[in-house]
Amino acid sequence: MTLTLAILVPLLPFLGALAGLAAGRRAPGLVRPLAVLPTLAAAVLAVLVMVGLGPGHHLDAATQLTPTGGLPITLSFHLDGIAVLLAVLVTVVATCVQVYSTSYLREDPRYPSYAALVSLFTAAMLLVVYSGDLIVLLVGWEVMGVCSYFLVGHHWERPDARSASIKAFLVTKLGDVPFLFGIFVLASDAGTFRIDGVVAAAQTGQLPHATLAAILLLCGVAGKSAQFPLHTWLPDAMAGPTPVSALIHAATMVAAGVYLVARLEPVFLRSTAALVVLGIMAVITMIGSALCALAQDDLKRVLAYSTVGQLGYMAGALAVGDRDAALFHLITHGAFKALLFLCAGVVIHAAHTNSLTAMSRMDGLRRRVPDAYATMGLGLAALAGLPPFSGFFSKDAILTAAEHAANGEALTGGLGPAGNVPCWLGWTVLIGGLLTALLTAAYATRLWLLAFFPVRRPEQAAAPVAPTAAAAAALVSDEPAGPVEPPAMRAPLWLLAVPTLALGLVGLWPKALPAWLDGVSLTPSPVTWPIATAVALLGAGLAWLAWRRAAARVLAEAETDVGAAADPAPLLLGPLLAPARVGFGVDVFYDRVFVRPFLAAARLVSFLDREVVETYVKGAAGTPGLLGRAVRRAQNGNTQGYLSALAAGVVLLAVIVAVAQ
Amino acid sequence: MHLVYPAVLAALLFCVGLYGVLARRNAVLMLMSVELMLNAVNLNLVAFDVWLRDILHAGQALTLFTITVAAAEIGLGLAIVLLIFRNRGTADIDRVGRLADGDETTGDIEKESGATVG
Repeated sequence: MTLTLAILVPLLPFLGALAGLAAGRRAPGLVRPLAVLPTLAAAVLAVLVMVGLGPGHHLDAATQLTPTGGLPITLSFHLDGIAVLLAVLVTVVATCVQVYSTSYLREDPRYPSYAALVSLFTAAMLLVVYSGDLIVLLVGWEVMGVCSYFLVGHHWERPDARSASIKAFLVTKLGDVPFLFGIFVLASDAGTFRIDGVVAAAQTGQLPHATLAAILLLCGVAGKSAQFPLHTWLPDAMAGPTPVSALIHAATMVAAGVYLVARLEPVFLRSTAALVVLGIMAVITMIGSALCALAQDDLKRVLAYSTVGQLGYMAGALAVGDRDAALFHLITHGAFKALLFLCAGVVIHAAHTNSLTAMSRMDGLRRRVPDAYATMGLGLAALAGLPPFSGFFSKDAILTAAEHAANGEALTGGLGPAGNVPCWLGWTVLIGGLLTALLTAAYATRLWLLAFFPVRRPEQAAAPVAPTAAAAAALVSDEPAGPVEPPAMRAPLWLLAVPTLALGLVGLWPKALPAWLDGVSLTPSPVTWPIATAVALLGAGLAWLAWRRAAARVLAEAETDVGAAADPAPLLLGPLLAPARVGFGVDVFYDRVFVRPFLAAARLVSFLDREVVETYVKGAAGTPGLLGRAVRRAQNGNTQGYLSALAAGVVLLAVIVAVAQ
Repeated sequence: MHLVYPAVLAALLFCVGLYGVLARRNAVLMLMSVELMLNAVNLNLVAFDVWLRDILHAGQALTLFTITVAAAEIGLGLAIVLLIFRNRGTADIDRVGRLADGDETTGDIEKESGATVG
């Protein structure tokens, strides 16, 4: 029964996608129900599967469609606590996104294909979540890559969307090639593609090449989950529609990488080297992205960098061996990040701009979007890790795991030897995590203050100075008293606000969530939570003080400098501001080191092909042509000419024969 | 009679015929010149038949054969010439080069014949 329902969970959105694509042109009225209902049904079924499975159980089912030679590839499901919980998260977020999109993209002519791709994306993620076979998992993994390409490039009229979609596709594919080989190494060691077989082999120590496999897998994970060397696609992917960003950042795509490492955590725990690589990658990612987020001007890019940072937290938790904390953070992050992106969509819709600087000069945004104002506050508090919100509990679970690892007693939950997690890695993740908590609180506060608390200039009462003509017109022309957004855009916000607020409290209840996972306690430890809270409050306070000073300076210089914004980032970051604003030049570096030499080589090859190889070809074609033209002169159609030649030939032959005799 | 007389006559006839084939523009005159060449051959055949005193008279038999073939050939050739004349209004051998590999040298001729056809 549970299995039938579980099969339906990924199948329904997939069929919905097919039906949506087929109905798109012929029956436009069916598109919206076909987009929302299968995903909603999948969400209900995912909850039923979760209830049906119950905590602490797992369900494996496999069928082999056809023998493929070599290792068998099975169509298998592996349902355990991790899979069913994540499936609920995926389907709930996808349903919110679909409902939100019906309104957000109401005017869009390409809405049918968009909705179908979102459904397909959801189905692919659910396949990754439920699959018990690495090759089937890879299918879902790659389908997601393609869907993200199409969805990020939804506005393909714009060049930035086109290049962002190509970048997202290429960067994730760059990681996927080693990932594929990682799967092969793993399967050839374990003798099976089944995940339970691989995990069993890892736990009994039968993987001779665990380090190689883990490091190859990490390449794919870094690409998908946007970790340090391959993170550059995620901020650019903001060119896609905002609901897509919510979907990619919260529940699908980026979650897949973390989920995969969590699934194969026993393999990673076999190899200290892989854990060290993962941990260092995570720490660099989280600190760097937090600094970048603090400097960004684009609302969505701030959120994108914060996603990169929060994924860094999860990778850090996995590096210190505690997958329960990573999954806890994955789930709470999925809820509050989806909420934040959907709020950002509402705010951008109302403000007609992405720019925080422009929003900081805009009066009355708070009044125009009260729902987004309130729920975004909740989401940002959860992101910053302030105590009663969900982010606090999950982040603290990660810091607790790092603290235990620093003391040499990593919380692996019996998945592998704790001794493989070096103490210094625990310290690195702990210190990096605390530093990131400080920065996260600072940028969350900055975002909140800049977006919703405009600095009132003295002259603004007389003549409002709006940043752009369009926004000014929008502000002046329609200024309704109530909320301007339709209910389809506001309801998902409040729906997601509930887990943002309450999901963390599950962590207080010692048996609730661990029973579904590996039984590692997720309650805040008394050692880390006071420090984490103090650090978060310090970050928020610093951001607030810097904002006050910046605001005061704006007011003081109001006569001389009209364009100044009350941005606390320059005061907080100092000399780091300029590099952080461009993502520490990683893009420029890649451009110099990889893109330009590659383009130059491509130009060289093109030159060689066009100028050298083609010259031979043209010569080979031209010479017979010239010869032919010469010979063709004889074929002039004059019969008497031919006969004359014939007679001359005969005479010549006769003479030759006569002379020869 | 010595063999040299018919042989020289045949050679002269052949050369006249050859000249006519190569030099005349009119297709009918060309066909007539071909007849001259054939008859020069016939003359040779008869003359050598007599000179060799062939019992089977193969030369004379071959001459009859050649005459028959020449009659058929001239019938066919004249029919073609007649059709060309009807179609194109000319029996001038220089102006019926449409099937030639078109190049710049025959361009003007093509134009002329095109005009006559039209």
